[in-house]
Amino acid sequence: MTLLDVENLHVYYGQIHALKGITLHVDQGEIVTLIGANGAGKSTTLKTISGLLRPREGRITLSGLDLAALPAHEVVAKGVVQVPEGRRIFGQLTVHENLSMGAYTRTERDGIDGDLERIFTLFPRLKERRAQVAGTLSGGEQQMLAIGRALMSQPKVLLLDEPSMGLAPVLVEQIFETITGINQLGTTVLLVEQNAFMALQIARRGYVLQTGEIALSGSAKELQANAEVRKAYLGG
Amino acid sequence: MEPTAKTARGLWRSVVQTGALWGAGAIFLALVGLVEAVSHRQIVAGVLSLAYALLLLAGLGAGIQVSRRWAGTAAWQRIVGGALAGALVGVAVGLLVVVGRSVNLRIMLINASPALYEILSFGLGVGGVPLMVLAQTGAGAIGAATPLLPPVFRRPVMAGLGTAFVIGLFQDLVQLMLQSGVRASLRSLLFTGDGLALHGAVLLFVFAAGVNVLRARYRAPASRWAVGLSPQRRQVLRWITLGAVFAAILILPWVAGLFISQVLVLVGLYTLMGLGLNLEVGFAGLLDLGFVAFFAIGAYTVGLLTTTGPLAVAHLAWWTVVPIATVVSLIAGVFFGLPILRIRGDYLAIATLGFGEIIRLLVLSDFLRPWLGGSQGVLGIPKPVLVGLEFRGPQQLIYLTVAASALVAFVAARLRDSRLGRAWMAVREDEDVAEALGINTVNVKLLAYGIGGAFAGVSGAIFAVMLGSVFPHSFNVLISINVLALIIVGGMGSLPGVMVGSLALVGLPELLREFSDFRFLVYGAVLIVMMQLRPEGLWPTAVARRELHDEAQAPAVPGHAVELAGAKEGDG
Repeated sequence: MTLLDVENLHVYYGQIHALKGITLHVDQGEIVTLIGANGAGKSTTLKTISGLLRPREGRITLSGLDLAALPAHEVVAKGVVQVPEGRRIFGQLTVHENLSMGAYTRTERDGIDGDLERIFTLFPRLKERRAQVAGTLSGGEQQMLAIGRALMSQPKVLLLDEPSMGLAPVLVEQIFETITGINQLGTTVLLVEQNAFMALQIARRGYVLQTGEIALSGSAKELQANAEVRKAYLGG
Repeated sequence: MEPTAKTARGLWRSVVQTGALWGAGAIFLALVGLVEAVSHRQIVAGVLSLAYALLLLAGLGAGIQVSRRWAGTAAWQRIVGGALAGALVGVAVGLLVVVGRSVNLRIMLINASPALYEILSFGLGVGGVPLMVLAQTGAGAIGAATPLLPPVFRRPVMAGLGTAFVIGLFQDLVQLMLQSGVRASLRSLLFTGDGLALHGAVLLFVFAAGVNVLRARYRAPASRWAVGLSPQRRQVLRWITLGAVFAAILILPWVAGLFISQVLVLVGLYTLMGLGLNLEVGFAGLLDLGFVAFFAIGAYTVGLLTTTGPLAVAHLAWWTVVPIATVVSLIAGVFFGLPILRIRGDYLAIATLGFGEIIRLLVLSDFLRPWLGGSQGVLGIPKPVLVGLEFRGPQQLIYLTVAASALVAFVAARLRDSRLGRAWMAVREDEDVAEALGINTVNVKLLAYGIGGAFAGVSGAIFAVMLGSVFPHSFNVLISINVLALIIVGGMGSLPGVMVGSLALVGLPELLREFSDFRFLVYGAVLIVMMQLRPEGLWPTAVARRELHDEAQAPAVPGHAVELAGAKEGDG
């Protein structure tokens, strides 16, 4: 069943035509990845879906509900939340304060406390450091906090923008394991990554973006086997 | 200027540097005219004038700084170092006297008068120079010795000296408060005709030091006792405290007298404005240099709706107009926010600066003169009356400002802890992320401008009745700057900080009338020193303290630099 459907998306930065008719869909319960070089339009696609950018043309729907016309904060309330690139946590607030900020769109007390516990089970490190100022966390912990904060809004679709960026290899592996774990708990994931190798290992399907267009799509297996993808993104 | 290696050369260099720096400071104060201006103000009558106190503070400061920098070396070395630095300050001042008496500096430095040299040389001519050097040497040695004292001694001594200094500085105001009955006999005990008597100063010193000692001794047991009480008893204790505070406020204007009441009303008005701007800048991180606009809107609303003059739109009671003025300012705040929603950072400062000027020029304009009175302003604003009590002057208006400030502070505190408050905090920390987390940043920012503006509107409403008239000239950009400065000095985002800040930056300059020409000099100096020593403000919030102190805990990577953090990875 298609959960998130993007059709013929055109986005401009001033005169620059950044997305030239992106069409993709994400089914309920999937991990889908967008891979591609720098500037291919991966992050732009995510930002447009989450309402931070406006498309000039095209449709974005979540279970048939039109998202393209909604401002960012309403998109979050509808169940699509983005973890921004570069782990932008609130550095001066504590871990706990960061997480409660993630639940901003929600009002029911009990559910929030329950989710907090679930996130602490998912990321035991965060539980240990709940009272610590977030800026003092290590890079990997900050990324976990950013993901945990997004999960606090109970999203149907989690949009991840380069979660492995700037992390040590051992942490990259850990983050991807976590993403798989979150997905198994029922959250659909749309993952943008430069680390195509890792992304294709955990994703079910993938799209390859090139200068604002979908160059290739298919199951993760197919993409891993594709000669061009291997050459361009997987290092031969 | 970190202490490099603790080599003998490094130490000597720090003596020379520190002495030269404080000496330059003393010369600067002399040449801008401050020393001469305050030479008639006696701290202790016939013993110490404020001019000499200021000069000696330079030596004292140099001594303290040297001693701090030499921490770890032997006590005698630190004292000698401090004394030498003090001596250098004295030499610098002496040099000014020698040079000034032979060369006419007045061509360029109009304050370099013979009277100034008289002061700097104790009225002895060049012969007074060695005396100045000696005095500064002593001050430097004393300054260097203070960090060496164990805190048990240092605290009472500092408290005693501080109290005697403050009472001496404000002796005329204190004397005004002590006019009749028991108070008058206290006055004759402490003061002579010229000011604080020497024996008075000693008494005050002993009293304050004693209080400090007793406080240090009994504070912990007292709080243990209070914590140990049953909840009901503690509730009673809380009511008693509250009642005492209330009673103190009630009698305050009658004890303090007219002038201090007037100053306190002004402090209250700035506190109200500060609470509003603090909401914009401190809570939501939206810089606003046009804040005076809301103050003006509140004042003009009250003026036009209550005046008995020809410009009257209506003749309503002040009490009915205050809510109207608040709402009008709130709406103005929202409209003010609309065009600048997408502007951030430095550009926001400039755009808001423009808004403040627009309002001032509008009320000043001939175009709106038939309605707003132009430069003549709105006259004949009647004083508010409450059940027969007329808020005639400062001594009555003080109740109004205290009540309004308490109410507004309460509202601000509740807002800070609310959902909206959390949204403001998110917008302040990272607007893009706030949006991505589902916060409606447009509404949240407009509400910050609106509510902040409403608080200033209340302030303007009281201001209008305080003066009984409203003029465009009262609303210049300096008020906006003042309010911003006071919340920075008090501690960004902190509610008690707003009050402390306005006491420090509005109250003190008003009380130090001799200073008032030099107000902005002192202002700038205070701001610079503050930003160096206490960048988080006098009464900071926990978040600000976390950010700017506790380096052990705080990161090398504060929140805004997270993008860069990718570079230093691999420590998970």
